[in-house]
Amino acid sequence: MSIQVDHVTKRFGAFTVLNDVSLHVQEGELVALLGPSGCGKTTLLRILAGLERPDDGRIFLHGAEVTDQRISERRVGFVFQHYALFRHMTVADNVAFGLTVLPRAQRPSTTRIQEKVRELLGLVQLQAMADRYPSQLSGGQRQRVALARALAVEPKLLLLDEPFGALDAKVRKELRRWLRRLHDELHITGILVTHDQEEALEVADRVVVMHQGNVEQIGTPDEVYEHPANPFVYRFLGDVNVFHGRVSEARAAVQGNPEEASAGLADGVEEHEVTFVRPHDLELNRSRTNPDQFEATVRYVLSAGSRVRLELIVQSSAQTIEVELTKERYRELDLREGEVVFVHPRHRQVFTIPQS
Amino acid sequence: MNSVTMAADKDVQWKDSLTTESPLVRRLLIAAVFFYLTLFLFIPLAAVFAEALQGGLAAYVESFLNEDALAAIRLTLLVAAVAVPLNALFGVAAAWAIAKFDFVGKQVLITLIDMPLAVSPVISGLIYVLLFGAQGWLGPWLAEHDITILFALPGIVLATIFVTVPFVARELIPLMQSQGREEEEAAITLGASGWQMFMRVTLPNIKWSLLYGVILCNARAMGEFGAVSVVSGHIRGLTNTMPLHVEILYNEYNAVSAFAVASLLTLLAIVTLAAKAIVERNTHSPTIVTDPTSAVQAGSIR
Repeated sequence: MSIQVDHVTKRFGAFTVLNDVSLHVQEGELVALLGPSGCGKTTLLRILAGLERPDDGRIFLHGAEVTDQRISERRVGFVFQHYALFRHMTVADNVAFGLTVLPRAQRPSTTRIQEKVRELLGLVQLQAMADRYPSQLSGGQRQRVALARALAVEPKLLLLDEPFGALDAKVRKELRRWLRRLHDELHITGILVTHDQEEALEVADRVVVMHQGNVEQIGTPDEVYEHPANPFVYRFLGDVNVFHGRVSEARAAVQGNPEEASAGLADGVEEHEVTFVRPHDLELNRSRTNPDQFEATVRYVLSAGSRVRLELIVQSSAQTIEVELTKERYRELDLREGEVVFVHPRHRQVFTIPQS
Repeated sequence: MNSVTMAADKDVQWKDSLTTESPLVRRLLIAAVFFYLTLFLFIPLAAVFAEALQGGLAAYVESFLNEDALAAIRLTLLVAAVAVPLNALFGVAAAWAIAKFDFVGKQVLITLIDMPLAVSPVISGLIYVLLFGAQGWLGPWLAEHDITILFALPGIVLATIFVTVPFVARELIPLMQSQGREEEEAAITLGASGWQMFMRVTLPNIKWSLLYGVILCNARAMGEFGAVSVVSGHIRGLTNTMPLHVEILYNEYNAVSAFAVASLLTLLAIVTLAAKAIVERNTHSPTIVTDPTSAVQAGSIR
């Protein structure tokens, strides 16, 4: 089911949670709403489900307007961050709930319901847990039950509100791969809310980056990661080194000449330019190989994990920067704390920021 | 080697003494509690039954079988039968509103619900005299329309309802607040109607606390003296509830009958406490359980 969000605004008192948000989701797509907490992503999801009503704007599901439609008529499956399983019902009864509350005329027979529950529990690999209660399951199992329960009513749209937020890192990783496979099997339109950029980039077909009630950028994971539309998106999608200075002085700033950079700023120009470089886009060398390089001192080496992270201090400006190297490159360089290296940005992005 | 284990032993003992009192203090404290309870609770309780049975079993039974006593028992049961269901309904509705919605005046509502507990029951009764009495605000209008509230069943029921308002609501509000709205929202997104959501999700989640509140409310409704005393008018066989009947008998120096009826109320209290204990066991076990068997048991009681 395709989704069209048309200029939706939502306020809670004086606080604007969603500010004129528009969005289109194609049928069968899995889209992630990504942003820091308080950016309005959960509110948007709840508006799509019908749990909240927008103050302005309209919602279309499959081309038909549903802004004023009741939740039960929208046929959406909703998965809550804290599972919201019915604690007094067994796993099987939880999954069957959506079928047993159907009007008698549409309700399947008891045996058909049981069959369906078995199928769904098979899908989420929890057949053995049918007679357990939610309190007897682990977090990951509970969320899978919640997913099976939401799928039981054959929704045309699946809405997931931070579904893996309450789980530990390892389970979270497993579950999101599993969710992606499940989505590929079922071809159901899905919207996933998350504040974890790794999760969004890994699972979603497209990512909607939100900030303070606004959509900052919409694009495929590659697009938003490789070509962030603005400094917020750049910062939110990964670690970053920031160099201040106007564009003509950007190189000077990167080279670490603060005098030149600030001289450029002093001539009354209202715009300010910043250069963003990801830690893995900084190249280190022991000797000068390129005029673009600047000198820095190694302060700290963190070699745990698959990549080595270094903290360097730019000699001319005393700014701290972060560099990420592969293990091999690190061994090649054989760097020690306190040594001086030449740094060169392989890839950079410059943004213009209005000076406040 | 030996000295090491001894040191360890000493260590354990030392840690122990940090968190628990010495055996002597422990025994003294327990003894003090029992002494206190015996003096102020068990002896008076025993005295009620001893006094009631002083004239023999026949006199004891006779105390209930006379018309006035039977009328008092009937009236008490009737009042409770009206007041308790009404307050149960009100309690669920109020707790629902407070826990699941945000609205202006929520704190005021919570405070208002607690008010009957803070006000002396006599004053609760006087409020109704002020309202419905011959010189009260609504008195003349009521007299004109030939409606009797004071010194009759409606007044007694109203006073009892007023006094017992908080019991169910107070049990449910914190529980429903802690349970949040997510399960209800989940039910709605799964297509349940409002009624289905309430019957199949909300009610099962609150049933033990609701029952607990109802038990307390019932005990208070049957035992209420002050408020009812003010509005009842003490008409024998007509507007006397059991506690009022006890008072009248006692004032007439009919100790045996007074204590016999009192023993009935005492029995009610004991039954209430037992029921409360059973319900309490259930309220605290089903939601968060580590032992699977107990979870299954708690869950299977529907």
